[in-house]
Amino acid sequence: MKIDFQHSQAAHCENGVTSNLLKFYGIDLSEPMIFGIGSGYFFSHMPFIKLNGMSVTSFRVLPGWIFKRVTRRLGISVKRFKFKNREKAMQELDNLLEKGIPVGMLVGVYLLTYFPKEYRFHFNAHNITVFGKEGDRYYVSDPVMENVETLSSEELKKVRFAMGTYPPKGRMYYITGMPAQVDLKPAMIKGIRKTAKDMLTIPIPMFGIDGIRFLAGKMRKWPRKLGDKTASLNLSQVIRMLEEIGTGGAGFRFIYAAFLQECAEVLQKPWLNDLSLEMTAIGDQWREFAVQAARHFKNRDKGRTSYDNLADMLMNIADREEGVFKQLRKISLG
Amino acid sequence: MKINEVPQDEAYMIKGKIRDVCYAVDKDGHYTSALSMGWTPKNEALKLAWEQVYEQVEETRQQVLAGKLSPIAFYMKQNIMDIAMLASYTGLSKWKVRKHLKMKYFNRLKPDLLAKYAEVLNITPAELVNTERIRAKAIKHED
Repeated sequence: MKIDFQHSQAAHCENGVTSNLLKFYGIDLSEPMIFGIGSGYFFSHMPFIKLNGMSVTSFRVLPGWIFKRVTRRLGISVKRFKFKNREKAMQELDNLLEKGIPVGMLVGVYLLTYFPKEYRFHFNAHNITVFGKEGDRYYVSDPVMENVETLSSEELKKVRFAMGTYPPKGRMYYITGMPAQVDLKPAMIKGIRKTAKDMLTIPIPMFGIDGIRFLAGKMRKWPRKLGDKTASLNLSQVIRMLEEIGTGGAGFRFIYAAFLQECAEVLQKPWLNDLSLEMTAIGDQWREFAVQAARHFKNRDKGRTSYDNLADMLMNIADREEGVFKQLRKISLG
Repeated sequence: MKINEVPQDEAYMIKGKIRDVCYAVDKDGHYTSALSMGWTPKNEALKLAWEQVYEQVEETRQQVLAGKLSPIAFYMKQNIMDIAMLASYTGLSKWKVRKHLKMKYFNRLKPDLLAKYAEVLNITPAELVNTERIRAKAIKHED
């Protein structure tokens, strides 16, 4: 049994799953639109949460939030589940597929058989849509992949119950009802305001704009505190978080710039175009940061670019992002 | 990023099996999506991460061959797991897993526990107890 579901690739897995699911129910939104309305843009650096033994630096909100926010802001009703029992998790999935409902779910990447080996670390916040089952094989729409993939029920069960940092615990979600009419404009405003608020006002130094500065401060101390080797590894970890699976820091800035550009047109606010340009420039700075950092940990030469230089770049980025969000915070429908 | 700046560097290890979607500005200033083959800074970061993994696996391999650690330690490292993760996969407590990393306690493991470890580590119980298999496993860098 295979549901007539259109798979399309996306820059980020959760955007992709959300946009594919909405498309199935007749709302065709671009990936930047999903990302913007869902307030996917964020920054956090959390030294106390470890992934593969190193601090987590994240450029997005927690997994599941984009889907949650987009559906809530557009008035779409959804159901979300979490399971303790593996058999039950698979049974529920089968029941839904029988009814012709495509199901989004959270999986771990490490045991995902169709993924290239280079990406297969223990990373548990990956989203896919399952939209059919034939014999023992499930049809999987993975937004990172160009084509539709399949998984056996055993494989799917394993990835749904992967362990480690933030275990997925069989989490799955699907759409139960659509509103008669979708009003995009207020949803866009809400999305922007939420992002701006979170980036500017969370009073904990690890999150938002302050988080970038926090990371910069930590980075300055790495070589002295941890030694050259660990400092290099930490830096490479940040770059991986920044760039892994085509998303992360710079990528998200460009997606957001694309979103602002769409907003300028839909909301008839030309000033958003200027901010889109500024956001593009910020994205380019993140890319430059990645280039410099990679050069640094590749050659391990201490001469040209020091951690201080890199930290300065981050401070500069933080200032510019702050400028953008201070303006965005004032946005309203009128 | 302009559309002609979308990086097309050769990807690390996979040679373009996955192409990433990127958003970039076309010549009229409009955003559009484009596919990227790969990007050097990202490849370097991935490479360093894998080198680190291989290094640790090799280190553990030597310790297992010297009889200091049990084969579980080797396969744990090979699966990029740590003690906490192995504990949650097997459903055992951390201190128990830590114990089983020592040869003395590993030798006393009951068949059902051995089977459980083997399943989590993606090998058969017979392979798990066979240290010769570890000796034969040279760690290779694939790049």
